[in-house]
Amino acid sequence: MKTELTINGTQHKLELDPRTTLLDALRHHLGLTGSKKGCDHGQCGACTVMVNGRRINSCLTLACMHDGDEITTIEGIGQPDNLSPLQQAFISQDGFQCGYCTPGQICSATAMLEEIAEGWPSHATEDINDRPSLTVDEIAERMSGNLCRCAAYPNIVEAIRKTAEESA
Amino acid sequence: MRPFDYSRASSTADAAQQAAGGGTFIAGGTNLLDLMKLEVMAPDKLIDINRLDLSQIEETSDGGLRIGALVSNSDLANDTRVRRDWPVLSRALLAGASGQLRNKATTGGNLLQRTRCLYFYDRATPCNKRDPGSGCAAREGFNRILAVLGTSEHCIATHPSDMAVAMRVLDAEVETLKQDGETRRLTLDALYLLPGDHPERETVLEPGELITAVVLPAPIKDAQQTYRKVRDRASYAFALVSVAGIVGLKDGRISHADLAFGGLAPKPWRNAEVEELLIGETPSETLFDKAADILLAEAQGYGANDFKIPLARRTLVSVLNELTKEASA
Repeated sequence: MKTELTINGTQHKLELDPRTTLLDALRHHLGLTGSKKGCDHGQCGACTVMVNGRRINSCLTLACMHDGDEITTIEGIGQPDNLSPLQQAFISQDGFQCGYCTPGQICSATAMLEEIAEGWPSHATEDINDRPSLTVDEIAERMSGNLCRCAAYPNIVEAIRKTAEESA
Repeated sequence: MRPFDYSRASSTADAAQQAAGGGTFIAGGTNLLDLMKLEVMAPDKLIDINRLDLSQIEETSDGGLRIGALVSNSDLANDTRVRRDWPVLSRALLAGASGQLRNKATTGGNLLQRTRCLYFYDRATPCNKRDPGSGCAAREGFNRILAVLGTSEHCIATHPSDMAVAMRVLDAEVETLKQDGETRRLTLDALYLLPGDHPERETVLEPGELITAVVLPAPIKDAQQTYRKVRDRASYAFALVSVAGIVGLKDGRISHADLAFGGLAPKPWRNAEVEELLIGETPSETLFDKAADILLAEAQGYGANDFKIPLARRTLVSVLNELTKEASA
């Protein structure tokens, strides 16, 4: 199946078995191994990428369904000598131990902060007709699709909160 | 994953035609691909409907909303009209899944998602829904999350959707397109089948029949809406019991009472007798307890899910207390 994907601003033309998930296309066909395979069933969030600006689980979608789409992976969010503010905050707040879930956490949080900026409500929002505020409860609820087996949650929340505060 | 043919549909008519030779529509794919990886589902042909023009939310002439089948769960929950006039729907959507999944999952797909019964997922065990006639391992197994109402001796699966419970309480109707080009509208009650002798049949949709939209009637005035979800963890878990309620009070008496339930049955559950009992009455614990008696008169637990019967009672009473207090305040 011919599929064209724009990944981190670069266009890629691929010929894929239709069974190839977006995650496998990124990791196995394009060598972009920043996105991680945890559960491969949409439960852990380690594979989170952004498609046309929105975070999704790349393990639960087929690459061929995204012909023509723009994809941002952790490699596009920042590089070792050019970290994004969230990446820097995960380091300074010690927001990880083993680091396996971290690319997914950062992709998810990057998109999540955009969602808050656009005024999306969440299950934790008291008045869904009002603009949400970035409380710890809001962050925890909005990040519940990203699991961390090392349980670095308090520091992940802190990294996200600090980043949002500093950009405000 | 088993091999399959993949094609993209260019229009709803094209989708229907492509499905003529058998085929499964894929939209968000968040449930279908999960099941295909486990080979619980193994379609020969996937018809990708993501390019169809079904992503609009439009106002209808009678003050309702027509929600395209491909509107994502996020977009529907965030729609300012839904948040203002049908808050029970926003709340139910936001109580379901995770941020990533809501971005991908669609309105039509959410309605058609499959049960999360452990034995439906586990191909090493019998399941009448996955493999008709093989038996039901859930009745005597780990059935904590399974149904207490509307079950049959062949299946005790629950419908897992939160959104569908809100759609049911709002009297939403599903619009479909059949292969022969005919369209029809179905209430959610009519859409879903109870398991009976054929738990493998979950809806009345014919092969190749495509959900194109869900239509909400005009908002209900002078009533409070809520969606209460009780689950094993605070976020990203399926409902053990959920209650969608729209209740109004007039001169101290209940003037409006719509109630739908999730986590209890093979489809979003509603019981007209419960609502009839409440209408015209003064709110009280005794009255709410009677409502729960009616709701749960035929409830049957299977061991590990026995707790759902008292849990459903308490959740219903609590929701009725909340909605009648707020309305009178």
